[in-house]
Amino acid sequence: MTTELTRRDILKAHAAGIAAATAGIALPAAAQPVPGGISALEIKWSKAPCRFCGTGCGVMVGVKEGQVVATHGDMQAEVNRGLNCIKGYFLSKIMYGTDRLKTPMLRKLNGAYSKDGEFEPVSWDEAFDVMAEQCKKVLKEKGPTAVGMFGSGQWTIFEGYAATKLMRAGFRSNNLDPNARHCMASAAYAFMRTFGMDEPMGCYDDFEHADAFVLWGSNMAEMHPILWTRLADRRLGQPHVKVAVLSTFTHRSMDLADIPMVFKPGTDLAILNYIANYIIEKGKVNEDFVQKHTTFMRGVTDIGYGLRPDNPVEVKAANSSDPGKMEPMDFEAFKAFVSEYTLKKTAELTGVDPAFLEELAELYADPQRKVMSLWTMGFNQHVRGVWANQMVYNIHLLTGKISEPGNSPFSLTGQPSACGTAREVGTFAHRLPADMTVTNPEHRKHAEEIWRIPHGIIPEKPGYHAVEQDRMLKDGKLSFYWVQVNNNIQAAPNTSNETWQGYRNPENFIVVSDAYPTITAMSADLILPAAMWVEKEGAYGNAERRTHVWHQLVQAPGEARSDLWQLVEFSKRFITDEVWPAEILAANPEFKGKSLHDVLFQNGEVNRFPLSEVSGDYANNEAQAFGFYLQKGLFEEYATFGRGHGHDLAPYDRYHEERGLRWPVVDGKETRWRYREGYDPYVKAGEGVKFYGRPDGKAIILAVPYEPPAESPDDEFDLWLVTGRVLEHWHSGSMTMRVPELYRAFPGARCFMNADDARKRGINQGAEVRILSRRGEIRSRIDTRGRNRMPPGVIFVPWFDASQLINKVTLDATDPISKQTDFKKCAVKIVSVA
Amino acid sequence: MRSQDRLRRLKRPEWMVVAIGLALFAATTAIAQVVQQMVPQLEGPTPQMETGAAATLPKWVVDDKRKMRAYPDQPPIIPHSIEGYQLSVNTNRCLSCHKREFTQDSGAPMISVTHYMTRDGQMIADVSPRRYFCTACHVPQADVRPLVDNGFKDMSELGVKPAGSE
Repeated sequence: MTTELTRRDILKAHAAGIAAATAGIALPAAAQPVPGGISALEIKWSKAPCRFCGTGCGVMVGVKEGQVVATHGDMQAEVNRGLNCIKGYFLSKIMYGTDRLKTPMLRKLNGAYSKDGEFEPVSWDEAFDVMAEQCKKVLKEKGPTAVGMFGSGQWTIFEGYAATKLMRAGFRSNNLDPNARHCMASAAYAFMRTFGMDEPMGCYDDFEHADAFVLWGSNMAEMHPILWTRLADRRLGQPHVKVAVLSTFTHRSMDLADIPMVFKPGTDLAILNYIANYIIEKGKVNEDFVQKHTTFMRGVTDIGYGLRPDNPVEVKAANSSDPGKMEPMDFEAFKAFVSEYTLKKTAELTGVDPAFLEELAELYADPQRKVMSLWTMGFNQHVRGVWANQMVYNIHLLTGKISEPGNSPFSLTGQPSACGTAREVGTFAHRLPADMTVTNPEHRKHAEEIWRIPHGIIPEKPGYHAVEQDRMLKDGKLSFYWVQVNNNIQAAPNTSNETWQGYRNPENFIVVSDAYPTITAMSADLILPAAMWVEKEGAYGNAERRTHVWHQLVQAPGEARSDLWQLVEFSKRFITDEVWPAEILAANPEFKGKSLHDVLFQNGEVNRFPLSEVSGDYANNEAQAFGFYLQKGLFEEYATFGRGHGHDLAPYDRYHEERGLRWPVVDGKETRWRYREGYDPYVKAGEGVKFYGRPDGKAIILAVPYEPPAESPDDEFDLWLVTGRVLEHWHSGSMTMRVPELYRAFPGARCFMNADDARKRGINQGAEVRILSRRGEIRSRIDTRGRNRMPPGVIFVPWFDASQLINKVTLDATDPISKQTDFKKCAVKIVSVA
Repeated sequence: MRSQDRLRRLKRPEWMVVAIGLALFAATTAIAQVVQQMVPQLEGPTPQMETGAAATLPKWVVDDKRKMRAYPDQPPIIPHSIEGYQLSVNTNRCLSCHKREFTQDSGAPMISVTHYMTRDGQMIADVSPRRYFCTACHVPQADVRPLVDNGFKDMSELGVKPAGSE
């Protein structure tokens, strides 16, 4: 401390010197006239949601002379009330990396497309000509199941909706999946299985009402910093509030924890069952609630790990073919089931201090305490992710702590429109809008009616999910592939053996739409330059069901075009006769010879709103290009799926006036807490609580056990690898690594490691190491003193750095029910680079 | 990097702006025309699945010089080391210099007035708990060059003649 004070004293003197120098040139600005008048200084401010995580902060974007010159947190946005995190504050720079893609690029050899060629700039016409030719070739040779698309939870709602129409109704392929599969598929499946409806019942207002917060596998301090400010506000401002943080290592969120718990990877399942057991044993079950509003089920066990079906692990698993099966049981049987998760057994299995376990269980058991549970990737990227999600609902349902202010099991999301686009629009391989599925004939029929297309067009078999798409690309069964708004060569597990092989498979034609030359773009055959964020009109849906719309504020550089324009424009290159079955066209001759653009986007619904309805204050390139208010038409057609069915959206124009609205929006009012009378217009007077997504109105409490991870450390590969993010970079870093201040804040990936583990291996702080698994290896640098403090036996490596592709090392095991990858648990070893 | 000398910046001739613009345009066009594997941290290694050496851990900028903000709303970056700083429920090392009461002795810049406001915009007598975790918005900078240039333009260069400059 003494030296520090001395240093500060010197600084103080230095600072004073600078101040004096500055004073000499200071100008009394207020007393001077403004040259050119005040209008020369004006900045046009408009609202938009942040481009990064699923929190959905409101941002004010300042534009001057066609450039974004500043951004700040929107004071009027309920979500963040004027705050942004470091990434949000630098939104103004994300579009201006000087390596923006400005023209389509095609691999060519001697003037023609060649898989082995070098990228050359081409016109949009040539790009789409080659792309359509390749698509038609694959359709002819391999059929619609060989055509696929990998989309995004960063797609705008219109883009996801246009994509689902083009793929399912146009090309008749359900091989459409979003990168959100890697991100929150487990949460979505658990919602459907427990409540019959997707997405949280509560909302962010719960932060101001809860008496306790429990983080299950979420480092909100870094990954949802603005929600963390709301949580910190509550914890630090109200002395009775408690925070419990559960993780496999110590991270920044633990700084606020009253109950910090580091457990052995995968054993959170045991803790969840222990808490259920504790609640029952202590007589703290809310019996009235349980009796009226819940029903008990037992899930099948030994369900495998979502590896390739011929993997011995999968062959050996008893229920890998039907992992989602559930059978009814009663409370007594459930009680007996969880009774084996005693304090002693759970403490031994998890490595957690028994006193902490009891303290945590008591937070839930105490009827006086309102509890908000929060989770993201720790739960979702878990080979038993759906179980973990459902097991936390178990606890909230047993105690009735749900669907009211402060009592809230809350699944957070990592992408700005994971909810809005991936889930609500339904861009998963098995889904249609508003929680409907392709496997349900009624749902398909309903969708075909809304889309005004003949019956029988939408295929009934679910398409390939994300990890399966990569396997099918490698195997040559998926051969025309369009990737938008994601960076999957960097993001996908076991990428060098599966994903990358698939992209470079000579049988396949890979198209990547992106704003920047990512490693995924560089692995493609055709790159389409994309407009991003406020370069287009957009709509996102955040984690609390908030739909938020923004105007186009600036123009994209060069010939970059929005993903929406790309989808709709490409549809012009196909006629129904090329893609739809002859018998359906024979029965519906009015569709013959029409372009997909005609039948999907000029169907009398999507093109219903004229250009005159577009705001005169803002550009709208897509509306100008197609001659009608495309975004409004898509939104209104899409909204018909959910209106009157618990997914009601407001009229489109209203969203331009609001800082977002939480659906269902009924009679002009948003809904904050679903399933509870007085808050949710779908619950009738006298019903109290009703989980109306399920036929019997009751939520499911599921009995499932602890099962071990797909791969655990052994003598050779003796460490757990956990991957994830850091505060300063978002996902693969394609935006944040191009912002100088964010890049400098965290300029490269590193390997966080326990100091004793390092010492035992003779590795010093900062030393270069090889991180090896059975799949592959990378080189990184060891950090034993950084922000993540690792327990023995566990390392953490973030994945934002394309020069350290940690996903060459990870395992492509998934939750067998949700098919979401487990990026948090595989076995590695570390060898010093001598 | 942009010069931080205010006077020079104000007097910078128009042609310089044009020249910089042209140079930027030329550079970006060149990059866009021929995408090259130039920045492994952004575009991956060459060949793509090759395992390359890892860059050394960065050294932090610790010169204590206040950096000009890119726009008034930008949270200032931290020009000193924060290694080992404790930021927990019980203690906040940053505030021990940057809080209003301590700035006279420390010489550190006072945290802005917004940090004393609640979620509802009310001023309170101490730092608002919602602003407690400084590193959510304020970060130190490594002593490294950006991977690619950023063409963000300062608002003062866009048709603004600042008051008092004539």
